[in-house]
Amino acid sequence: MSYLSLTDADREAMLTAIGVGSVDALFEQIPAGVRFDRELDLEPPLSEQELVAHLEELAARNVDAGREVSFLGAGIYDHYVPALVDTVLSRGEFLTAYTPYQPEMSQGILQAIFEYQTAICELTGMDVSNASGYDGTTVATDACYVAKHATGRTKVVVTEATNPQVRQVVKTYAVGFGLEVVEVPHRDGVTDPEELRRAAEDAACVIFQQPNFFGCLEPAPELAAAANDAEALAVAHVDPISLGVLEAPGNYGCALAIGEGQSAGNYQSYGGPHYGFLAARSEFVRRMPGRIVGETLDAAGERGYVLTLQTREQHIRREKATSNITTNQTLLALAGLVHLSWLGPQGLRDTGETCLALAAYAKERLTAAGATLAFPDQATFKEFAVRVGRPVREAIREARAEGIHPGYALCRDYHGLDDALLVAVTEKRTREEIDRLAEVLAA
Amino acid sequence: MTKLIYEKSQVGRRASEIPRPAGLPDAEVPAELRRAEPPRLPELAEPEVLRHFTELSTRNFGIDTGFYPLGSCTMKYNPRVNERIVALPGFKDLHPLQEEEGAQGALELMWRLQEILAEVTGLDAVSLQPAAGSQGELTGLMLVRAYFDERGDAKRRKVVIPDTAHGTNPASVTMAGYEVTPVATDPRGNIDVDDLREKVTEETAALMLTNPSTLGLFDENIEEITRIFHGAGALMYYDGANLNAVCGISRPGDMGFDIVHINLHKTFSQPHGGGGPGGGPIAVRKTLEPFLPVPAVIRRDDGSFGLDYDRPQTIGKVRAFTGPFGVFVRSYAFIRSYGPRLREMSEVAVLNANYLLARLKDAYDLPFDRHCMHEFVLSARTLKREHGITALDVAKRLMDYGFHAPTIYFPLIVPEALMIEPTETEPKEILDAFCEAMLAIAREAAEEPELLKDAPHDRPVRRLDEVRAAKRAIVKYGFAEHPDPDGEPVEPRQLEAQKGA
Repeated sequence: MSYLSLTDADREAMLTAIGVGSVDALFEQIPAGVRFDRELDLEPPLSEQELVAHLEELAARNVDAGREVSFLGAGIYDHYVPALVDTVLSRGEFLTAYTPYQPEMSQGILQAIFEYQTAICELTGMDVSNASGYDGTTVATDACYVAKHATGRTKVVVTEATNPQVRQVVKTYAVGFGLEVVEVPHRDGVTDPEELRRAAEDAACVIFQQPNFFGCLEPAPELAAAANDAEALAVAHVDPISLGVLEAPGNYGCALAIGEGQSAGNYQSYGGPHYGFLAARSEFVRRMPGRIVGETLDAAGERGYVLTLQTREQHIRREKATSNITTNQTLLALAGLVHLSWLGPQGLRDTGETCLALAAYAKERLTAAGATLAFPDQATFKEFAVRVGRPVREAIREARAEGIHPGYALCRDYHGLDDALLVAVTEKRTREEIDRLAEVLAA
Repeated sequence: MTKLIYEKSQVGRRASEIPRPAGLPDAEVPAELRRAEPPRLPELAEPEVLRHFTELSTRNFGIDTGFYPLGSCTMKYNPRVNERIVALPGFKDLHPLQEEEGAQGALELMWRLQEILAEVTGLDAVSLQPAAGSQGELTGLMLVRAYFDERGDAKRRKVVIPDTAHGTNPASVTMAGYEVTPVATDPRGNIDVDDLREKVTEETAALMLTNPSTLGLFDENIEEITRIFHGAGALMYYDGANLNAVCGISRPGDMGFDIVHINLHKTFSQPHGGGGPGGGPIAVRKTLEPFLPVPAVIRRDDGSFGLDYDRPQTIGKVRAFTGPFGVFVRSYAFIRSYGPRLREMSEVAVLNANYLLARLKDAYDLPFDRHCMHEFVLSARTLKREHGITALDVAKRLMDYGFHAPTIYFPLIVPEALMIEPTETEPKEILDAFCEAMLAIAREAAEEPELLKDAPHDRPVRRLDEVRAAKRAIVKYGFAEHPDPDGEPVEPRQLEAQKGA
């Protein structure tokens, strides 16, 4: 199967117009020594029907959230995605458009991005948002790059209770950025503000996560204050779905707010594509990476939207750009906007409250079944760490045999938590499912 | 004008209802961490939410709407079967931390895609992790650095980039902690090899090259360029933005490149979604494999598939998990539908471009008079000199004929550039209609220049003032303080000089 449109007659007419006898003549500019002289060693073409059958077979060998009750989270969550999201994203005018370089052809997506930027600013309490970054890890590197140039400092601080993948990606980028990365350990599941204050000295920025990787609520205002006292940029990595219940980073002194957008509007999709968001106070607008949409007027004085502040960007500033990003995650950010518009402020808050209450119920049930909370003194949001009293991989294997994925094995990233599970409870879980989880883990 | 969704909002209206099971315990959030004021998200009933976004979609133009010859962006048809496939629950609802035995289908798909991309690029090992082309570039440069660091060769800090390169190349170089060494283009549109010889030194780490270049021309001296770099101990990086020209025809690995990124959203038809997502896998020669990001997707001796984190020399991770999986599903499906016929895909892309070029080169300036590959660059410099008509005017007028504009003002070395890429999926009738429009516009430039300067006339908005947008920087809705959309339109006036994208 192919998607080519030319007939043999078309080809002949076109070759005649070009003035060559064959398509091969067009490739004579390629030196003979580097022309590929055999057929690509790929499997034969498939018809649409065969293709679907092949991919269905591959998909069937995955155990998705419909085939197993899942308490897996650790950064990607099984939240409900409303049908509206699928409907809007299937509009070919959005799906099959490129980046809106020609605004008169792209008012729909430009306005949607402007509305997305507004939603992210409302959620985070910030003044400006970009049109999206790749994911919740790369926006942390963006924040470091902003902070490096804003402060002229060469150290960044990340709390150990921040998602391990975020820390790993920051460390990978830091080599090229010329930044030293310092990690501040967690104390009983959260960060000690005084310890952070000492680390923040001479730092370009301080990145912490709220709720943190363990699901615990950090003393976020104190952490931001510790960064601000050292004149380091306070950067909060937040979960958008939590921000109907939890305070916005802009309201407790952060300079930037970043995060993984997946929980608002995106399917789990084995880790992507999703979107990262990055929002900042207005003083950093000209240091922001990536696309930003702004409002303007057309030649008739009517309101319209364009990509703006482009002198920050690589196609104009080249090696002096604020980032190399061009393609971002617009369609996934649009999904986020649709989901948030469907939720509204009350729906967002209700989602958070249901997550909170179900997670509290899960804590009760699991502790009643003999598990112990890893960090019993900490408040949590939708996720919490629990010790199951035996090697956690064994517990996962046994639970999965019963049709339940009980959560993430924290020993993959943290020493001293060999028997600890990270259990995520979204609004999609039910009391019955939680009861079964407790039974299975008790067994 | 379309109202913003926030301007349609009514307090207390709602679309969603969230389940709240009875009998759950109260959960405590410390008061100082609780949200004081709710975010001002839109409050609409569901039908109005859907109508809003449907209306916005009608104000947007995609490849589904019509011809989209945006040079260097490879706007080809996006097969709908791939959308059906990516929505299978086994793909869309799969958690990235699922145990390996519960993700065998996903892992096999990624492993198969890696094998395919290795064959298409002529290289040995692939990482799918980078999220887009520019992240692929940066990842590639991280590999270059790791490679030379491992050899104790710390003085190599310079990367050679031709003046035709995408802006992402120099931006990536800076982010990798390297410096740019620019190299000129010769009169045939190739890299100026004499200039190159002087610039490659023992401090040179790599070349970054798009081939065919952004001029749509294959570098005729590629073998000599490879000899210069490899002779100096430097590496060769291939920007795969234009891979659509050469699939099955010439492979970067055979040209001598050591690292390649592939834009899955260009060559392999991931829909671009109004700005993303993309996918930027990288393929490398065996010597660079130890440095690739973790985890590697591997096939084990027992035939099962898995993730390998045990790579002591890895650069680390450049994004979460194993990359944008949904993009892999679509691109894998696209490639499997073609198989070895990918060569025919590239042949038709090149045929279509040369046909447009043949029909248009007398009406516009052609800076490099050669057959092109999958795209070509015209210039409106004569129109500008004789009639005051710019590439921007031509682009805007094309919209009135129902076409998306080409890429304009790029590459930077061509004044008033119009970069045109038709792709392989357009029928001849569409190509002819586009040519007729371009020829008509060239005539209009002489006869009715105001028609072009005022274009577009038939879009939802007239020409937009980008300078004003940058000066005022209104980048979010201001609620009560927002400029009144129903206010009197301001006096129409001469727009300030604008540049294209």
